[in-house]
Amino acid sequence: MRKLANRFYMGLVFLFLYIPIFVLIANSFNASKSRTVWTGFTFDWYRKLFHNETILKSLLNTLIIALIASVLATLLGTLAAIGIYNMKKFTRNLVINITYLPIINPEIVTGVSLMLLFVALKIELGYVTLILAHVTFCVPYVILNVLPKLRQMDNNLYEAALDLGCTPPMAFRKVVIPEIMPGIMTGFLMSITYSIDDFVISYFTHGATSQTLPITIFSMTRRKVSPEVNALSALLFVAILVIMIIMNVSEMRKLPSDQRRRAAKAEKKGGRA
Amino acid sequence: MMKRIFALALMLITLFAWCIPVSAEDELPDYAADYDWDRLAGQNVVLNVYNWGEYISVDEGEEDAFDTIAEFEALTGIKVNYTNFASNEELYAKLKNGGTAYDIIIPSEYMVARMINEGMLETINMDNIPNMKHMDPGFVGLDHDPDNRYSVAYMWGTVGIIYNTTLVDPEDDVESWDILWNEKYANDILMFSNSRDAFGIALKKLGYSYNTTDERELQEAAAALKEQKLLVQAYVMDEIFDKMGGGEAALAPYYAGDAVTMTAENPDLAYAVPREGTNLFVDSMCIPKGAKNKEAAEIFINFMCEPKVGVYNCYYIGYSTPSATVKEYLDAEVVENPIAYPDQEVLDKAEVYLALPDATTKLIDNLWTEVLGMAGSSPWMVPAMMVGCIAASVGINLWRARKKRLNGE
Repeated sequence: MRKLANRFYMGLVFLFLYIPIFVLIANSFNASKSRTVWTGFTFDWYRKLFHNETILKSLLNTLIIALIASVLATLLGTLAAIGIYNMKKFTRNLVINITYLPIINPEIVTGVSLMLLFVALKIELGYVTLILAHVTFCVPYVILNVLPKLRQMDNNLYEAALDLGCTPPMAFRKVVIPEIMPGIMTGFLMSITYSIDDFVISYFTHGATSQTLPITIFSMTRRKVSPEVNALSALLFVAILVIMIIMNVSEMRKLPSDQRRRAAKAEKKGGRA
Repeated sequence: MMKRIFALALMLITLFAWCIPVSAEDELPDYAADYDWDRLAGQNVVLNVYNWGEYISVDEGEEDAFDTIAEFEALTGIKVNYTNFASNEELYAKLKNGGTAYDIIIPSEYMVARMINEGMLETINMDNIPNMKHMDPGFVGLDHDPDNRYSVAYMWGTVGIIYNTTLVDPEDDVESWDILWNEKYANDILMFSNSRDAFGIALKKLGYSYNTTDERELQEAAAALKEQKLLVQAYVMDEIFDKMGGGEAALAPYYAGDAVTMTAENPDLAYAVPREGTNLFVDSMCIPKGAKNKEAAEIFINFMCEPKVGVYNCYYIGYSTPSATVKEYLDAEVVENPIAYPDQEVLDKAEVYLALPDATTKLIDNLWTEVLGMAGSSPWMVPAMMVGCIAASVGINLWRARKKRLNGE
């Protein structure tokens, strides 16, 4: 009985989380432009979407900017994390707190100040400024993801590598990087997510030559957001879902069954400690 | 993981590559042969166009699709960067902040007037725009730009009342702004969420001008809006499409071009222009100061005034065209629709918004904030809340430190 109640509660929570997405997906098949009246099933919005250059161009812009910005942010952030990790305690705490600032700072403040900076430096707003702005707000996420991994790492490993004949750069490449790789990857993925998501900062730093998807969608609000955007959102949702499923399945496959059990146990233990 | 994201990107890029424009030729006139369209071709000229969202014909794979930007690029050899804004105020801020170089912008008339006053627009060389000859004389030399030196009209429309015939009593007079104050429809009325349009309606109801600078008249309008607030279901913009389409509200003021779309989708909806007079809005193409390629911009404006381009844009957008020639080529059913092309009588009574002095704009903004009910909050609200938050976080941290110490012992 209790179990049933639990399940029911969990179902409710998931329903609450996913209903908006299901409504959106359902609407992407609605023949009418309206979001409230169902007039029939159609694939029209999908067909139109793949012809609409304005939407596709801004989607492409969004993806390119997210990719470039997160690669740069990951490089910068990882190096910064290693530097911060090796600082003295006081400076380390100081710098960590400073890196928190951009995350706590309201986005609009970051956006406006970046815009003022670019204008003052006479950099024309466009691709370059968008990428610079995105790198700026992504770096802290990378640092904050890599630092704990560095702390978890056994310092002796690095020294043992040196003892066994590695040069420092080699030891860094073969020992340190693989150890902190999960943190780097999480930081990278978070950067991509935040970069694709970002509206406020992009709004202030985009220019005449480039515009990201969120800005294109926002600019439709005077004339009503086109249902093609529903279709696009549905496709993105499905794409991400498929990626997640493939990732999980391939990870499961990698481990033979008994090892899987052991890994699960170890994870439980780790979680408790 | 990264590979997969690449794969996703690649997939989307390939999908993007399908979009081969399909254009169908009608008996529409071809581009003017006596105009030197490609005089800037091959010189790597780039044109930055800044337009409203969804305000130009794009190819959506329909039978009779027309991709305006692609056609322009093919005809002239000029590359276009096309970006969008959502409001006149946004456009103004973007230009004022600097750091950008737009060659074409499409503001509404009151913003054109303001930009002319502030010296933000280039004068247009009309020798490069022979297609002005297609323009309806009614849209040349309007009040906001009397000599037509800075702007060329693109689309226009009026504001009226969209109502649901099943919810509104046929006895009631929908041809008056007063119906938006009728208590019978309490909670069934939608209202503009932007101050200029909302105040405009209240001012017209009281019989004043849209462009009044008289403080007493504006105060009266604010009082009327406060009175109306008790009846208003919501202050909205594009949500009107859904709310009216779904029968959630009975009455809403909105733009005629969008009323055409709404009445076509839901036959219960109808449209009326109040006889007190209404707003005529004209969105015009302008060249801002700092444009890098003025001549290319003028070629673009001339291209947009081509009858063929005008016809496609009109069908796509649904707003009304200021071009007499374009009107001739439109389907009779469109041109005879009184929503899109109202009688001369309506137009005679319609008034355009002009640029208001700063003091008036500020007064309207303040009054509007008051109407929406935010005036009650004191200016100390924000600092007080911030102090509260800081105190709370300090408190929590102290409490945690104490707990830790106690646990440690």
